[in-house]
Amino acid sequence: MSMIWLWTDLMVWALLGVIVLGIRSILKSEQARKQWHKIFESRIAMASAVVLLFYLVFALMGSVHIKLDHNAYEQSGSSIKESPANSTLPIGVYSLLELSMSHLITHSERTYSAPFATHEYSTSIGLDGDGQVAQGYRPLIFGGQHLTPENGSVLWDVFTKSLLPFMVALGVIIFMVVIHGYFRFQAFARRDINETPKALPWNTAYVTFFTLTLLFAWFYYLSYFYHVLGTDKVGQDVFLQSVKSIRTGVLIGLLTTLVMLPLALILGISAGYFKGWVDDVIQYLYTTLNSIPGVLLIAAAVLVMQVIISQHSDWFGSTEERADLRLLFLIFILGLTSWTGLCRLLRAETLKISQIEFVSAAKSFGLGPIKIIKNHILPNLMHLVLIALVLDFSGLVLAEAVLSYVGVGVDPTTASWGNMINQARLEMAREPMVWWSLFSAFCFMFTLVLAANLFSDRVQTVLDPRRVH
Amino acid sequence: MFAYIVRRLLFAFPILLGVNFITFALFFMVNTPDDMARAQLGAKQTTPELIASWKVEHGYDKPLFINADKGGIKTITETLFVQESLKLFTFDFGQSDSGRQITADIYERMWPSLAIALPTFIIGLVTSISLALLIVLFRGTPLDTATMMIAVGIMSVSGLFYIIAGQVLFSKTWHWVPISGYAEGWEGVKFLILPVLIGVFSGIGSGVRWYRSIFLEEMNKDYIRTARAKGLSERQVLFGHVLQNGMLPILTGVVVVIPTLFMGSLIMESFFGIPGLGSYTIDAINAQDFGIVKAMVFIGSVLYIIGLVLTDISYTLFDPRVKLS
Repeated sequence: MSMIWLWTDLMVWALLGVIVLGIRSILKSEQARKQWHKIFESRIAMASAVVLLFYLVFALMGSVHIKLDHNAYEQSGSSIKESPANSTLPIGVYSLLELSMSHLITHSERTYSAPFATHEYSTSIGLDGDGQVAQGYRPLIFGGQHLTPENGSVLWDVFTKSLLPFMVALGVIIFMVVIHGYFRFQAFARRDINETPKALPWNTAYVTFFTLTLLFAWFYYLSYFYHVLGTDKVGQDVFLQSVKSIRTGVLIGLLTTLVMLPLALILGISAGYFKGWVDDVIQYLYTTLNSIPGVLLIAAAVLVMQVIISQHSDWFGSTEERADLRLLFLIFILGLTSWTGLCRLLRAETLKISQIEFVSAAKSFGLGPIKIIKNHILPNLMHLVLIALVLDFSGLVLAEAVLSYVGVGVDPTTASWGNMINQARLEMAREPMVWWSLFSAFCFMFTLVLAANLFSDRVQTVLDPRRVH
Repeated sequence: MFAYIVRRLLFAFPILLGVNFITFALFFMVNTPDDMARAQLGAKQTTPELIASWKVEHGYDKPLFINADKGGIKTITETLFVQESLKLFTFDFGQSDSGRQITADIYERMWPSLAIALPTFIIGLVTSISLALLIVLFRGTPLDTATMMIAVGIMSVSGLFYIIAGQVLFSKTWHWVPISGYAEGWEGVKFLILPVLIGVFSGIGSGVRWYRSIFLEEMNKDYIRTARAKGLSERQVLFGHVLQNGMLPILTGVVVVIPTLFMGSLIMESFFGIPGLGSYTIDAINAQDFGIVKAMVFIGSVLYIIGLVLTDISYTLFDPRVKLS
């Protein structure tokens, strides 16, 4: 058993570091703290932030990879008892998320089955109890097999099994509220009486958090007995697929911004500040890039990458590494094609700011361009950058699905909502319809994108001074 | 005005050259003609002679940028980059891997694309703007809030879901329209209804929000207050002042799109089996036909640049202050 760090894992943890640093600098500055306080005063923003945080945790859990090999099984003579599911996992690279849901990997069926089904979705020919050849719905291997005719229907079973997850979720939320309440009380005691900001809608946060925890706990606990969202063509659990896809979606949304941000910042600010030929060159650069239809440029780049990968299959130790490199490459391509909008915005704003007196004052004091940009221009651009980042996120998550459909998205072996939709397209033509793959992808994606859209709306309302309130 | 247009079009030349360079870099430098030959001929039976003859056959036997063997101007012209670029500028895209003329194919497939993209564009624009105006009339009321929530909801669903759901509901369950296909002339209308409707619906969320914010921004300006003070009714203010002045930012975003309508929609066309340029491109991507992808990239850039020029021209029509020189 050993840790494996894939490239995207490293990037995502690096990004987390950047985010933490960003939050610290926000907490330091009085003005920024007030602005963010104002953002979270909205109930909608608070609820969506909790949802986004939930997704982020799943993405992070999916970004720690562990390699299970023969040694792991030999050493763990005792640990087999502790984690019986682990012992049956095939050798390979697993993320922490997969390991925590490993029962779903081993509980694989033969083919399609509906959510909470006990039998397969289509009839097949096999031997029945008496050794006769018969056509019928075969029972599933794992789903609902703890039920016997005596102990009742699926509905009743699910109902009785809902109590435990409910209690767990209730326990978690009570624990959270108590801990958080303690800190809030501390802050309340230390508060400045002259300055009492409007209270944040913590109740909304609690309710959202409780709902999400309850949903997840319920699904997770029931997934030991059923396939809560059904199984796909080869009998894999759809719930597991959807949860694994969170990482792909969130990573594409987040890491692309990490790639495009330095480009947009450096080029946009230098174009606006230095003007002259620098401006001309940079304008030429982004007009050229912009004039190529985005999907086509991405498609062309990914096509070339596919050719390279297929020619150098010896570069990659495992399919995981290959899929990961492809994801990384996709992120880079998306980043390289999406910086132009922000760059143009930053250039225009820099042009405007460098006309203001404080910049000319700084110049006449003899400050170098780097100092001026760092101290006077960059802080005045930060709101634009933040708005662009949150706005882009949901678009990128949606783009991943479209690109996967076109065939230039992530690797087909990577779990992603785009791949799920792509497969579902054929499933919808079946009779009867196999709707649950599409439905799950829809729900998971919609929740994330909706939360991101609502949150970015609020960020824009508060941070953009030109926005009409 | 004429001089301005000529100048803008001349300015387009270096941009197109840059586009060519990018596609060239992608397709030839990263994936050299030798690699292409090996991929086309199959890895096993290739010999250097076969590769060389394949390159001569496809005209790829020249160096990439600098031909040191030839003297004078030919050092630059007798190279793969210049040859390939020049060919593109004359709109001669050569042959696809299946041996068809790409230029003829594109000309033929342009019309189905347009048949679906143009109605989608016009109906979408009109509905979004009228809805936005209506919402602005009711701004600040629960109707406004509710519509905005619905708009965010519509925006948050991937277009793929609308297409799949639309096909399942209208074609598979209710049999109102055929699930996919295309026909020329009036026969084709029944094939176009569903894709156009879905296209309009999926764009309406972001459209309404965008136009609403434009109109609201105009609403807060001084001249509107003056207009109200003069005693104009809300309707007169809205249509006489807000809509007209809001036209400028709307044009900025809209006119640039019009020429690219020729390109069609990748997703729509492939889902609904419409033989337009979008499905042409997607087929080329799946078949890894670089010739077609290159041609489409070039055409897309040309159309985008035409769109930029059209945007400038449209300003002079709607804003008497703007004079092109």
